[in-house]
Amino acid sequence: MAEQVIVCNELTKRFGDFYAVNKITFEVTKGEIFGFLGANGAGKTTAMRILCGLSYPTSGTATVAGFDVYRQQDQIKRNIGYMSQKFSLYENLTIVENIEFYGGVYGLSRAVIKERSGELIQTLGLEKEAKKLVGSLPLGWKQKLAFSVAIFHRPQIVFLDEPTGGVDPVTRRQFWDMIYEAAASGITVFVTTHYMDEAEYCNRVTIMVDGKIEALDAPQALKQRFQAANMEEVFYQLARSAKRSSD
Amino acid sequence: MDAVVLDGITKTYADGKILAVDHVSLTVKRGELFGLIGPDGAGKTSIFRILTTLLLADKGTASVQGLHVVKDYRQIRKILGYMPGKFSLYQDLTVHENLTFFATLFDTTIEENYDIIRDIYEQLKPFSDRRAGKLSGGMKQKLALCCALIHKPEVLFLDEPTTGVDVVSRREFWDILARLKSMGITILVSTPYMDEAGLCERIALIQAGSIMQIDTPDNIIHSYPVRLYAAKSANIYGLLKDMRDNASVESCFAFGEYLHLTLKEDSGHAVTELEAFAQQKGHTGIAVKEISPGIEDTFIRLMNQKSQ
Amino acid sequence: MKQLLVFIRKEFYHVFRDRRTLLIMFGLPVAQILLFGYALTSEVKNADIVISDQAKDANTAKIISKIKSSSYFIVHEEQLAGPAIDAAFKKGTIKCVLIFPPRFGDDLRHDGKASVQIIADGSDPNTAKTLVNYLSMIMLNYQQDLAGGGGAPIGIIPELRMLYNPEDNGSLNFIPGVIALIFMIVCATLTSVSVVREKELGTMEILLVSPFHPMMVLIAKAIPYLVLSLVNFTFILILSVGFLDIEVKGSLLLLFAESTLFIITCLSVGLLISNIASSQQAAMLISMMGMMLPTLLLTGFMYPLENMPLVLQVISNVVPSRWYYLIVKAVMLKGLGFSAVWRETLVLAGMTVGLLSLALLKFKTRLE
Repeated sequence: MAEQVIVCNELTKRFGDFYAVNKITFEVTKGEIFGFLGANGAGKTTAMRILCGLSYPTSGTATVAGFDVYRQQDQIKRNIGYMSQKFSLYENLTIVENIEFYGGVYGLSRAVIKERSGELIQTLGLEKEAKKLVGSLPLGWKQKLAFSVAIFHRPQIVFLDEPTGGVDPVTRRQFWDMIYEAAASGITVFVTTHYMDEAEYCNRVTIMVDGKIEALDAPQALKQRFQAANMEEVFYQLARSAKRSSD
Repeated sequence: MDAVVLDGITKTYADGKILAVDHVSLTVKRGELFGLIGPDGAGKTSIFRILTTLLLADKGTASVQGLHVVKDYRQIRKILGYMPGKFSLYQDLTVHENLTFFATLFDTTIEENYDIIRDIYEQLKPFSDRRAGKLSGGMKQKLALCCALIHKPEVLFLDEPTTGVDVVSRREFWDILARLKSMGITILVSTPYMDEAGLCERIALIQAGSIMQIDTPDNIIHSYPVRLYAAKSANIYGLLKDMRDNASVESCFAFGEYLHLTLKEDSGHAVTELEAFAQQKGHTGIAVKEISPGIEDTFIRLMNQKSQ
Repeated sequence: MKQLLVFIRKEFYHVFRDRRTLLIMFGLPVAQILLFGYALTSEVKNADIVISDQAKDANTAKIISKIKSSSYFIVHEEQLAGPAIDAAFKKGTIKCVLIFPPRFGDDLRHDGKASVQIIADGSDPNTAKTLVNYLSMIMLNYQQDLAGGGGAPIGIIPELRMLYNPEDNGSLNFIPGVIALIFMIVCATLTSVSVVREKELGTMEILLVSPFHPMMVLIAKAIPYLVLSLVNFTFILILSVGFLDIEVKGSLLLLFAESTLFIITCLSVGLLISNIASSQQAAMLISMMGMMLPTLLLTGFMYPLENMPLVLQVISNVVPSRWYYLIVKAVMLKGLGFSAVWRETLVLAGMTVGLLSLALLKFKTRLE
């Protein structure tokens, strides 16, 4: 059986009487692209924060990269990468400086940073821009660079929180090429998105409604089960019944 | 007379270093639902701000309902409704207080123009004493729309109203827009979601400050110059790589569960050729078909042409 | 007009629904008044003083008995010479030394004036200053006793080897300064933050796009804070009178009129800041750094302006609170009328007109 890098069992996060995450159970396999969908306020962000070691669950168990979310948050953080639409890179540092900074944060040696950043800049075709401030790059480039930086320390899992919001369709696909490539190299990708066509790119997809996982399967299987032409239809059928929603 | 006219509008920032809008010309007819479709940073917000008299263009002229955006800005401010992209209302005021405030600001009352917001406001009524900050994303957006409509504007400007909103709320929002259009309000709406383009009467595809195409969604789709094929296999990423290595393939990109492909030269039996190619590369679960393109396909094609 | 009223009502909602604003608005004045009034008063009791009486005549005996009978000092009578004084100070056992020269009484009788030497512990300047002031008062009191008994007017000239502050330094003098400080914080900071918040929310775009006149936005923003500040002022006065036993000697009407003027000055500053700042944090920082520090340092209520380098004294002239401080001190503490403060009022009014026109002029009817 394939190695499980994320294992959640009845994971729950409660704020007062409000169950932001309500007994979710799922497993993510190594090298998988795992889509994490849900309406606004369904509990995606809360669940993701727990898995990234940023917040403690109320009950249930979960391990990420083999580490316990209650006791081993530091080890979890060392073994994952994270990128979101809002937070990416320092605008007033150059590309190279950003890479060096994040490499340093994860404790990579100078030699490794130097070697990998050279490779990275070459693959992204940013040789000319390497000494430019990140703030001057177009949005699409920033997002691609941010993703590269998030996996720069070769984490076991990378968490992507709406990585392609507002990005043009061409760059969006280039971004997904990078995701595929990372997955092929063995990095597990855990991704949230508002673009339903992107849900189709995932190996498996969960759809959260009101803090619970209402569906978890391969896109193809979900479409069959809900007799829908595409993932948007599947999502619509599930999320329409949502009782709650907030930002 | 057209409701909105932009003629050769150019806008730069940082002393001309950043070109946000590059010679944009377009017209929106009275009563039309017009969509400005493009990614972040394409210049949509700058265009909206120029039209709503919040920014001055560097070059070009623009008018709303025949009124000049610079000279007649005070009159324009009376007849337009505007929902800015980052608009989030007063979180510490209740639904009713927010609406009353904006009604008074535009020198009217909720009752006076209740007809126009009835459908939307009825849904908000149960929460009228709730603070706006405690509303859900979809509800906030509806309240914001009510506030923009309360003075019965002739032209409505909606800057990315559906960004970051989930599919369910997005659909509801577009239903509302269709109803507003039927009341005769001219609507100019921007969105980064290509799938929303089909819900507009006419659209402009905008990228990096300039307009690539303006037409009805149908015409734009029909203007796609070549045949488009969709292909899939069990290993979609492998197929993508292989297809890109295929010398006869002009472009290939992921599109939902399929890959979308165009060929350099179309022999007429492309489907069988592509199937054979995939089989030869050892793929399983292969499916290839010809499909009709969507707005997003056109957008990608236009973008690629532009960058070449 | 109706629009303006509704706008103002909205501003009141904002203030009353935000705990942070309320705390700054009403909690801060109480805290500051109590802090400056009680904790930071420079009143010193039972300080150890060494009196070295080299004259030993009737005059010195009377003065010493006066010092002893005050609650401020514990008197040790010793004959101390230079090195011994130093040693005592270093040990920290004494706070102050008073030396009557051998010819004190003779000088007083023959020349009508005499010197005493006061040495205070400069490492604790505030206490030193206060003790010196107490001693000076006691001497003055004795002089008045002598003068009251007829005969030629006489003077005792204290020669100080430490800080000399000509003014009495109790909580009395702090209050006008604290009032100025509170207005600066409440009006400048809160108005600038409230305007900038609209920018952050995106509501500013709607306000600008509405037919409501842009300048009215500023006026509508300022009025609630003017009203609240006047309420606040009343509150501070009640606190000062009730808890700190400060008497308002001058006209209350004049005091309120002058305060209204100063509040408008502060509001103009706040509106001006809101033009520059693009985030609430920036607005807060600019008001704190740009307004609070000069008010604290260059108004004269914490540190006497006379002792400052000339450059700072010149700069202090452009700090509005400096003028307001002078006015309040004159009206509230000395009971003087408008004729005594018209110059300061004129300066403040000029500044206000300048700042307000600048704020209105700079306010953009567009986004850039």
